[in-house]
Amino acid sequence: MTFINYAAQEINCKIVYYGPGLGGKTTSLQYIHNRTLPSARGKLISLATETDRTLFFDFLPLDLGSIRGFRVRFHLYTVPGQVFYDASRKLILRGADGVVFVADSQPERFDANLESVRNLEINLRAHGFDLRTMPYVLQLNKRDLPRAMPVEELTNRLRYKDEPVFETVATKGTGVFTALKDVSRQVLGNLRRGAA
Amino acid sequence: MLESDLILYREDNERVMEIIDRLYEDTTARLVVLVDKSGQQIAVKGDTEEFDTTSLASLTAGNVAATDGLAQLLGEREFTILFHEGERDNIHISVVAQRIILVVIFDDNSSLGLVRLRVRRATVQLEKVFRMILDPPHGTTPAATENPALEITDEDINRLFGG
Repeated sequence: MTFINYAAQEINCKIVYYGPGLGGKTTSLQYIHNRTLPSARGKLISLATETDRTLFFDFLPLDLGSIRGFRVRFHLYTVPGQVFYDASRKLILRGADGVVFVADSQPERFDANLESVRNLEINLRAHGFDLRTMPYVLQLNKRDLPRAMPVEELTNRLRYKDEPVFETVATKGTGVFTALKDVSRQVLGNLRRGAA
Repeated sequence: MLESDLILYREDNERVMEIIDRLYEDTTARLVVLVDKSGQQIAVKGDTEEFDTTSLASLTAGNVAATDGLAQLLGEREFTILFHEGERDNIHISVVAQRIILVVIFDDNSSLGLVRLRVRRATVQLEKVFRMILDPPHGTTPAATENPALEITDEDINRLFGG
């Protein structure tokens, strides 16, 4: 749900990082936080367990600059990836304008990826969203691991529609901003089409 | 249910701020914030230097969302009020028009009774305003051509990302 405030001259959008547990969602947000100028970002909030597993969500507000006099702000959220936190995942999708799916490239996590894509589709539907029409990118993470599955195979089996696919290494930041830029472009494009 | 985008025009903002300003004064609160249930801050009045209102908005929405989940588990429609009591500051959270969250932060200069009383009155006023904002009667919104989203070009989007 985009929020446009004419008095404050702001456009606010929400992007959710989704995917299986330990796939790199929080690490992606941490990289974005570390590599963004302090003036363009707010505080990174992590509601995590003592062992640094996401318990509820991570949150990072970003200020992307201005369009036609309006400040463009993106609020980035992650969901908890562990299967039993499904109720929380569903809550965080509320009002989302776009989704980045962070898949784990390791073969032993393939089923978890697949299950998480299905779970995303179901939870979006509960909010009245349709993944087929929603701004969406697929981020294939952990590409630096020697046992990473081939990109082509992952793409063929995890791709939901014709969404853009990005190879990433969240620990080093490789590809993370490219994926964020793409989904942000889609969100703003959607906003323009919705206003027409 | 799919929620529509929230567009707050200047006139709407004035109406909302009038109510928020009054609540802030009447309760001698430290901060009054309106937040959308998805975590977006809509309006704020008070000591914005001391409070990180963006984080506050996001965490409050999370708090309300979790409480809504608990309500469903218990078969309740919703818990309309949340209250957190601290040593110095207290947070009073209530839901307006099922979609908007009203947050009042106050200290010893105010009291829970006063906040509850004034929030109740403000809630009635805010519900009227937000009913108009969320479901405006036909022909009462400014021309669609004023929507800034309409003017966004591909170049604008590229410029945001430095190329």
